[in-house]
Amino acid sequence: MSKKFWETLPQGSVVLEAGSSAKFKTGAWRSMRPKWTEENCIQCMFCWIYCPDMAVKVTAEGKRENFDYDYCKGCGICALECPGKKGKKAIVMEEEGK
Amino acid sequence: MGKIVAVTGNEACAQALKQINPDVCAAYPITPATDLMQRFSGFVNDGKVDTELVLVESEHSAMSACIGAAAAGGRVATATSSQGLALMWEMLYIAAGSRLPIIMPLVNRALSAPLNIHGDHSDGMGARDTGWIQIYSENAQEAYDNLIQSFRIAEHLDIRTPAMVCMDGFIVSHSIERVEYIDDADVKNFVGKFQAVHPLLDLDNPKSYGPLILTDLYHEYKRAQHEVMTKVPKVALEVAADFEKMTGRKYGLFETYRLEDAEIAIVVMSSAAGTTKDIIDEYRDKGIKAGLLKPRLFRPFPYLEIADALKHVKAIAVLDRADSFGGYGPLFMEISGAVMSMDTKPAMINKIFGLGGRDYLPDQAEQVLDELVKIAKTGKVENVKEYIGVRE
Repeated sequence: MSKKFWETLPQGSVVLEAGSSAKFKTGAWRSMRPKWTEENCIQCMFCWIYCPDMAVKVTAEGKRENFDYDYCKGCGICALECPGKKGKKAIVMEEEGK
Repeated sequence: MGKIVAVTGNEACAQALKQINPDVCAAYPITPATDLMQRFSGFVNDGKVDTELVLVESEHSAMSACIGAAAAGGRVATATSSQGLALMWEMLYIAAGSRLPIIMPLVNRALSAPLNIHGDHSDGMGARDTGWIQIYSENAQEAYDNLIQSFRIAEHLDIRTPAMVCMDGFIVSHSIERVEYIDDADVKNFVGKFQAVHPLLDLDNPKSYGPLILTDLYHEYKRAQHEVMTKVPKVALEVAADFEKMTGRKYGLFETYRLEDAEIAIVVMSSAAGTTKDIIDEYRDKGIKAGLLKPRLFRPFPYLEIADALKHVKAIAVLDRADSFGGYGPLFMEISGAVMSMDTKPAMINKIFGLGGRDYLPDQAEQVLDELVKIAKTGKVENVKEYIGVRE
């Protein structure tokens, strides 16, 4: 007899695959989207420090890259903290889907 | 084989733990279980066991440490009573839901308020729905035997569920009785080597315990947990059969006493069953067909088996050493559930007795049996639930 679905679950809800949380794309929750403008960025890394989801990509040389939209939930902390250059923010929030 | 000794229930349980030699024990003292773990910590101090004893700052921490150690892949035990069990409440569910076969002697004691250190079943009954297996013991011998058997039941690969082994606080935990100890080598051989399942310390295969499971799978995990409990009675009986081969002492899901042809019966758990058996003998001598049923396995509760054992009885009194205020006693509710499957239903009454260690005396059993005789004759129940042995 084939097993029922609930009989196939790992005992005690143990997750047997390491690092599987990477598969959980929390970016799907986002309603506001941060937009990065490189020419206004002074590479202060405030956004990288403040991001609660490690959704700011950084190169091996320590240079800021664009957002990782798979995990960015759109909280807007980066946009708030961004000092920008000469009064112009490097990160602004936009409505998702626009 | 074995050795006959005069010991308390706590001493007997400490001896069983010594013979089993768990990998980790984490415990916090609470009357009347203190003495059990104090004796065991003596064995640790004297090098009689290899157990790592973790002395924690509360029972919540004790159960948390047990959960960690069990998830790491160890054979784990602790002991507690009353408020200690209440403080563990949150962690009890986590131990059971994570399928960690932790073993815990529970020395049954009343819950506060008012503050009381003596024996009743309020603590164990409060933990009824935690997902732990619960086994109740009448005396020190049963507590010792049940504790040894519980490791085999809980750790069985089809079960992997924690178990509480209950005995009445002070009445059993602190009274000296005749107990037959099993040889160390036989206990070791009976319990067997611990088999870890998904141990965290298997570093080559990393894994996570305690994930967030929401509406998509939680319901299914609970369904699986229920299924595991349905398998416990069969395993408990297999283990009991092996245990009987070793010791000659027979255990079932429950015990019956002169019940086969009984017209009236008392259902009661733990130490009060002993007193009741004496009075049943007296009534049998008078020609009254009285019998007793003493549940041993309370979780999972063997409804159908108990219904079968009680099916010929006309009137049943269920004696609860705990109350559900605004409801019937917890054991009465279970027996009612069992009776539901019967074609001809017996008349039933519920007596709350012995709260906070109030003595259960022979005259209380007599009072109940006299009432059952009347009910069996008339079929009329006046009061379903009453307190007995209460000062009026």
